[in-house]
Amino acid sequence: MEAKAADFKYVYDRPKSLVDVPTHYCPGCGHGIVHKILAEVIDELGIRDDTIVVAPVGCSVLLYNYIDVDGCEAAHGRAPAVATGLKRVHKDKVVISYQGDGDLLAIGTGEAIHAANRGENFTTIFMNNAIYGMTGGQMAPTTMENQVTKTTPYGRDTADVGFPIRGCELVNTLEAPVFIERCAVYDVKHVLKTKRAIKKGLQNQIEGKGYSFIEVLSMCPTNWGISPVKSAEWVKEVMEPYYKLGNFRDL
Amino acid sequence: MHEEIVVAGFGGQGVIMAGKLLCLAAMKEGKHVSHIPSYGAEMRGGTANCSVVISDDPIGSPVVPHPTIVVAMNGPSMRKFEPRLKKGGLLLYNSSLIDFKPERDDIEVIAVKANDIAEDEGSKMAANMAAIGRLQAAKPDLVSLDNIIDALKIAVSKRNQKHNEVNIKVLKKANSSTT
Amino acid sequence: MSDQILMKGNEAVGEAAIIAGCRHYFAYPITPQNEIPAYMAKRLPEVGGTFLQAESELAAINMVFGASAAGARAMTSSSSPGISLKQEGISYIAGAELPCVIVDMMRGGPGLGNIAGSQSDYFQATRGGGNGDYRVLVIAPASVQELADMTVKAFDLADHYSIPVMILGDGFLGQMSEPFTLPEPSGKTFDKPWALTGAKGRKPNIIASMRLTPEDLLEKHNLELQKTYQEIEANEVMYESYLLDDAEYVIVAYGTSARISRSAIGELRKEGIKVGLFRPLTLWPYPYKELKAVSDRAKKVLTVEMSLGQMVEDVRLAVQNDSKVDFYGRTGGMLPVSEEIIRKVRSYGG
Repeated sequence: MEAKAADFKYVYDRPKSLVDVPTHYCPGCGHGIVHKILAEVIDELGIRDDTIVVAPVGCSVLLYNYIDVDGCEAAHGRAPAVATGLKRVHKDKVVISYQGDGDLLAIGTGEAIHAANRGENFTTIFMNNAIYGMTGGQMAPTTMENQVTKTTPYGRDTADVGFPIRGCELVNTLEAPVFIERCAVYDVKHVLKTKRAIKKGLQNQIEGKGYSFIEVLSMCPTNWGISPVKSAEWVKEVMEPYYKLGNFRDL
Repeated sequence: MHEEIVVAGFGGQGVIMAGKLLCLAAMKEGKHVSHIPSYGAEMRGGTANCSVVISDDPIGSPVVPHPTIVVAMNGPSMRKFEPRLKKGGLLLYNSSLIDFKPERDDIEVIAVKANDIAEDEGSKMAANMAAIGRLQAAKPDLVSLDNIIDALKIAVSKRNQKHNEVNIKVLKKANSSTT
Repeated sequence: MSDQILMKGNEAVGEAAIIAGCRHYFAYPITPQNEIPAYMAKRLPEVGGTFLQAESELAAINMVFGASAAGARAMTSSSSPGISLKQEGISYIAGAELPCVIVDMMRGGPGLGNIAGSQSDYFQATRGGGNGDYRVLVIAPASVQELADMTVKAFDLADHYSIPVMILGDGFLGQMSEPFTLPEPSGKTFDKPWALTGAKGRKPNIIASMRLTPEDLLEKHNLELQKTYQEIEANEVMYESYLLDDAEYVIVAYGTSARISRSAIGELRKEGIKVGLFRPLTLWPYPYKELKAVSDRAKKVLTVEMSLGQMVEDVRLAVQNDSKVDFYGRTGGMLPVSEEIIRKVRSYGG
């Protein structure tokens, strides 16, 4: 028997807010996953017309090429300041500051901490992949102890360059944030959890509750020098024990 | 007419306000005026001063390195600014608080018991008014007493307008006094 | 004169910005411009605006970036070392073609220097302290009145050309009070179809300075910027001439040093020396042609600055005869002395 189109039902489709263009991300990279669930959440909340994303300096600088909403570039580390300016003008829009680990915890620590401390009513998605991707694999503030990178060729020596910084725990010392959660995207279960966290962060903003911070442990197979499958395992086995997953605050 | 004035004293003596008062009064007479306070680190340590220029011509520098008039409300201010006075300039000093005499003999000197005059009129705060009142008597071309009194309405904050009655009494008393 | 009020230069800038419709101001404290944030902190809430004390100059200029990208008139202010920190953001704002107003009340440098007025930011204002082929329109007022008037104008120029505009004052101008009349709003409005307002009913707007493919994008973008700059050079040069018609000697000075030079000229004229003042009001675009014309008729051109020689480079470019150009400057927060200017001009044998 011949199947007719009418017999088929869409059960899964590309999110409307995700632009249909070839990706520039490497195979196994976590950015694509998070972009997609962000687009899904934007669709589900019906906020495509009201959302402004701030892209960081790093691999995800082209975020605005993938999400079909207004987009703004920021200088390295300054995304929270740019997002503050945008949100202070458009209090009724949904502003998302999307940042990597170098952006948020090295060059832009001041901006990140102070936007969180003011309880700015925007949402931060913090992509932690323990390495600098765009510049070719240098040490990040979140690089693991003994992890080899281009600038830690003998492994990260904590006696020399200190320990990996835990973003959620740091933000959790502040009074103002309303939502802090660390997620991962190494398997479907965790992807779904991440999506729920991002959705909660955006809902908080829509309801005017204040600052939400979602950290995502992500993969960088290219700069880690291992396969996508091994990268997913590495997040689980090496990163997760140090960066504990879970919710830190939900007010 | 062109006078370059420094009003100096310790914080709380109202020297910045006294300078502003002169400016506001002179503005009413269509004169060019400028006022600049000492600021920042220079303010620390308790002394405050402002430079005021009142002129018939447009004003160049608002900063006054060699004043034609110095109003010194306390000892450290007189020590600091007496040497900077132009030759033939006027040093008006608060002899209620300054118990030593000026050193120079090439300047005009007026001692005014500013705190005593103010206290006699019932104010512990209005020594600055006494100084300005006495200055006006010495330099009537600078600005008129009526305009000084009128300028109090703007120079004094809303909160302190209630003191203006006594301010005016002190201004007038010092203006007609020679001590 | 009854409509004249007495205000500090710093406060006048604040009020003028509000008159110009600026409702978003972000800054980090630094002497000698602290009256601007203090004034804005008090006034902006009264008019429904936003004042935010940023955690750093970097954050402040990037908040301005965000607010401007959102379509609002936005301003920041600082003083020399703080402006150095803002240069990164200014480059990004120029690259993204966003309008904004930046106020620099210059102080002594290099480094922490001191807090007295200075004019040693001429280079970092007019030559750009940030990376890339870009320009900032720089206006150098010389009185409280001009500070206020030019602040209003700066917002219009910024919006018209979609570029950063800098008000370049100094600590003395910021701290001094002078009578002035509050400026009127210009009444001009500017469409900002590029603003980030949510992409309702349209394709997304993107504000970015990145152009990744050099051969077809960044060069093209930079050439477009240059076109804007050429238009500004053709249309927005501002300067003032004072007693130049018969001048054998020309003093070139801006801001506070122009005020002092003017006083000196008054004295010199009394002696019968034919000297006048050429005062650039825009430092970029610089009035090269106009100064050239004036200097062709003059025997000597004396540049007076509160620096050890920064604008004098532009004066040389304008005059095109180095033997005619002389310089007198004080630095580190010291003011040029009128008597020194007089002595210099007398020495030319007038």
